[in-house]
Amino acid sequence: MELIELREVSFAYDGRPPVLEKASFSLSPGQRTGIVGPNGAGKSTLFLIAMGLLKPQSGTVRGLGRECREEKDFRPLRAAVGFCFQDPDDQLFSLTVREDVAFGPLNLGRTRAEALAIVSQTLESLGLAGFEERVTYHLSGGERRMVSLATVLAMRPQALLLDEPTAGLDTGTQQRLEQVLLASGLAWAVVSHDRGFLERTCDSILRLEQGRLEPV
Amino acid sequence: MSQAPAQTQPPPAGPLEAAQGASWLHRLDPRAKLAVALGLSLVVALGQSWPAALTALAVGLAALASARLPWRQVLGRLAAVNFFVVLLWVFLPWRLGWDNGWQVGLDPEGLRLALLISLKTNAVFAIILALLGTGRVEHVFHALAHFHAPDKLVNLFLFFYRYLHVLKREQARLAWALKVRGFTPGNNLRTWRTYASLVGVLLVRGYDRAERVYQAMLCRGFSGTLWLLDHFHWSRRDTVFCWCAGLVGLGLAILNLGGAVWS
Repeated sequence: MELIELREVSFAYDGRPPVLEKASFSLSPGQRTGIVGPNGAGKSTLFLIAMGLLKPQSGTVRGLGRECREEKDFRPLRAAVGFCFQDPDDQLFSLTVREDVAFGPLNLGRTRAEALAIVSQTLESLGLAGFEERVTYHLSGGERRMVSLATVLAMRPQALLLDEPTAGLDTGTQQRLEQVLLASGLAWAVVSHDRGFLERTCDSILRLEQGRLEPV
Repeated sequence: MSQAPAQTQPPPAGPLEAAQGASWLHRLDPRAKLAVALGLSLVVALGQSWPAALTALAVGLAALASARLPWRQVLGRLAAVNFFVVLLWVFLPWRLGWDNGWQVGLDPEGLRLALLISLKTNAVFAIILALLGTGRVEHVFHALAHFHAPDKLVNLFLFFYRYLHVLKREQARLAWALKVRGFTPGNNLRTWRTYASLVGVLLVRGYDRAERVYQAMLCRGFSGTLWLLDHFHWSRRDTVFCWCAGLVGLGLAILNLGGAVWS
């Protein structure tokens, strides 16, 4: 069963030419897909549609084998597939790391004690042990990126959608990110301009151009 | 993505504000401090007598001194508040009358009021600074939530404080973008137009950011609840503090009643 499946999805932002034209995309458990494409080709838009944050003008979105139309249809999908935003400042809205990482698990109905245990476990697995009380806006760029990954991993998803995860990272942090991802055993789709990163972390690479996805 | 220097050299854990201090006020439960700050402010603000206002100022300054906050910061904040007090003095204590031409004189009642308001303002501000300035800002918001303040209000404060820093960074980046292209502000229409568009860009970016933050929250299962993680510990020290503050408040109220009769 596919975790996410977009069928012939078309989308245009108000008053602009369409960015997606009958584009199809799917992600099944264990699958690792990289997506490349020029700026403004609609790579982020594809993810936003897959998570139900934007509504396509035509085409269908299926999540966990079911067709998703309304907000409530997407909720189980969002728990199974974690979406990591491009800018960590969009992702980290709480004042402390602990609160931010606990936010997802608490929304999924975990108890406070369970959530706190998940927080320390997740942070430790990312090499961020002891970051609980740190203030999110005082983190460095790399730390911010890793913490935003933690907020998504804390929901124990089956797959990740990562939008430009290596942008602005130094080599060391980038390597740590790669190790964490590869050790997680999750499926993912990654948008990136970094071909080396995609080749090391993905089984197949797709190119999004002129509204469609084609294998590279 | 370009990054501000503040990001390339991350400061140590803890907010910018003086939360790292170690006075006895720093160790109190934020809920106790918030309750006392609100209560005492109310008593002081309602007071009308000299003895009450002077005692309140003394209490406030004593608390401020024992909070051992960085004095530069304290003076800066006091100056900011007293700017408004100065405005008061420009209007309140004067009398304008006609007696073969306009006469300007001192009005004793206005003078009394201006002095009283100045004392009370500084007293309240000193108390609030000593109590709420000695902890992390977010703890004040959390304490508000513990007192069942409306969720919307608490969330508004939390988001405002969180994104104030992002906004500041974006503003700094925009200002740099202007500078590196040779912009020098002057007193001319072009400067004002440039600043207007800078503010406009900030607003638009803020709106976009709000949308993305909301989307990111939805992706993590947000359905209207912001969770509070309990990390306050009420101890005997806090109970004792509340009782003492209550007595101070009562004392001020009595001084106020007595003072009202006396003046």
